[in-house]
Amino acid sequence: MRTNAALQAVLQGRFASEFGLRPQLPPDVLPLGIPEVDALCGGLPRGALTEITGPASSGCTSLLCAALAQATADEETCALVDVTDAFDPESAAAAGVVLPRLLWIRCNGNAEKALRAADLLLQAGGFGLVAMDLADVPPGDGRRISLSSWYRFRRSVESTRTIFLVSGQEPYARQCASLALEAGPVQAEWSGRQLEGVWLPVRRRKPVGVAMEARLRWKPEIAG
Amino acid sequence: MFACLVGPGAAGIDWLEEFTPRYERAGEDAVVLDLAGMGRVLGAPAEIARRLAERAGGGVRVAVAAHRDAALYAARGFAGVTVLAPGEEASRLGPLPVELLDPPAELLETLDRWGIRTLRDLAALPATGVAERLGAAGVRLWKLARGEGLSPFRPEAEEARCAASLELDHPIDALEPLSFVLSRLLRDLHDRLEQRALAVLSLRVSLQLDAAPVHERTLRLPVPLRDPLTLLKLLQLDLTAHPPTAAVLAVEMEAEPAPPRPAQHGLFLPPSPEPERLELTLARLAALVGEGNVGAAELLDTHRPGAYRTVPFTAGAGGEAHPRRPRLVFRTFRPPRPVRVVCADGVPEAVLSRGARQEIAATAGPWRTSGDWWRGNAWARDDWDVAFADGTLHRLSQRSGRWFLAGRYD
Repeated sequence: MRTNAALQAVLQGRFASEFGLRPQLPPDVLPLGIPEVDALCGGLPRGALTEITGPASSGCTSLLCAALAQATADEETCALVDVTDAFDPESAAAAGVVLPRLLWIRCNGNAEKALRAADLLLQAGGFGLVAMDLADVPPGDGRRISLSSWYRFRRSVESTRTIFLVSGQEPYARQCASLALEAGPVQAEWSGRQLEGVWLPVRRRKPVGVAMEARLRWKPEIAG
Repeated sequence: MFACLVGPGAAGIDWLEEFTPRYERAGEDAVVLDLAGMGRVLGAPAEIARRLAERAGGGVRVAVAAHRDAALYAARGFAGVTVLAPGEEASRLGPLPVELLDPPAELLETLDRWGIRTLRDLAALPATGVAERLGAAGVRLWKLARGEGLSPFRPEAEEARCAASLELDHPIDALEPLSFVLSRLLRDLHDRLEQRALAVLSLRVSLQLDAAPVHERTLRLPVPLRDPLTLLKLLQLDLTAHPPTAAVLAVEMEAEPAPPRPAQHGLFLPPSPEPERLELTLARLAALVGEGNVGAAELLDTHRPGAYRTVPFTAGAGGEAHPRRPRLVFRTFRPPRPVRVVCADGVPEAVLSRGARQEIAATAGPWRTSGDWWRGNAWARDDWDVAFADGTLHRLSQRSGRWFLAGRYD
């Protein structure tokens, strides 16, 4: 009677490729188009939940719009669950978001409806990026979102090419997020009555690795 | 592939739809059927011709050919069943008399004088000579004699709309039992459209109510849908959002048909939601957050800051990508928050809101804009970019002497 090892040795002779180590495929990611952040995190992983956190004026909405701009420019269909109705189409379009390819769902401050809307979008499938903007939701309310909801979102996007991107003041998804970035606060550079530029620090909270922080300097191009 | 039936009463045959919904009555004794794509259903051309002859009975001639003219002339010229393979029209039709082409009397007389009796004789004439001596009508006859198809196939006007209705024995005052009625009518419509290989582009439902005006709803779909269950769910969601005000006495449903969407996706194209599922998801989202809160934003052609409108969202919509420049984007406060502002020399120094005072560390502005004064809905505003002492960047807006916090940079 042949042992398992002997049987394997026979099969390995005929089907060597099945028993060898398979080359690891590069992860499927969406670059943000911001070299410093892409060098920091390698891009947003597909089929996973990514979380961007930061206080008010931290730049996390700018990073969210950069991701939307990159995905819509690649002709992907995207969706934004806007919990507090704060999305500014004019500003987003100026940042490169192709508005006709972005489904905008305004929840008028109702976080429960926002969660159900995100659920519907992820179940529908086919979206390149689904973003949920919780940036103006008070941290207390954000923390009340059950971990099972985040698990369900993570499971919904697994084995798909959809990126689920969440922005908020605090990390709400915790261990369900594959990538966690922390932004801000922005530091403005003033020259008298003129805003010269803003510094945006971005830190990678998860996964922990060598490169942990990047600093971007943007011209403001605001108002006027 | 076309088939032609010629014989007394052929034009009055009423069973043609057993073979194809596309047919043309060519005169009082002939009818032409378009059999394109019917091979997998009805068999080879010879088999189709045999089945047609069997169905028509004796006295009707049947011919099958690659185009309408060849089928018509073969059926008129040959008795029984004739099948012309593509390319052999000229040789098979050659022995038939020229009169079969129904030429004008003068032309027929000329051909007769030349000794041209058959289609083969006519086809053998040189093209330039025919054109010089007989003109355009002669060239047309010459081409027909060579077995070319010239006459377009004109199917009888297909029913542009498809409707179904049902009067109820008892009034229905709840949506759930009404769904069964809608489902039955939808399946009826679906079966009729499927026979014609059509899908639903828009669906109008009229509910006749008890002592109330007719309740009418219309579903306009961005892509033609074929699945009755998807249509039923869309109708249910729509009627849940816009329920009838009284019990329903009768239901009438009318569908606007359209050719179904080809479902072939490119291998290297970015994925997008399936239109059927997307439509259902959009309807569910609209039921969840309200119709006006779901869609795509479209910027208006104006200098008014933040002017946009929401338009229906469609997957795969085109759009021009702007040159990408990562920048600090703006978050809008809807509605703008009214505040009191303390100014020194016209420059904001502090903001008073909800009893709290926030010191302004730095300002840029004012950015003065105005417009639409020529329309009557004129607007004018002064915007300031301000940094509060806590480091946050906001936009202050002054309109008609009143101050608002318009939003925050983030």
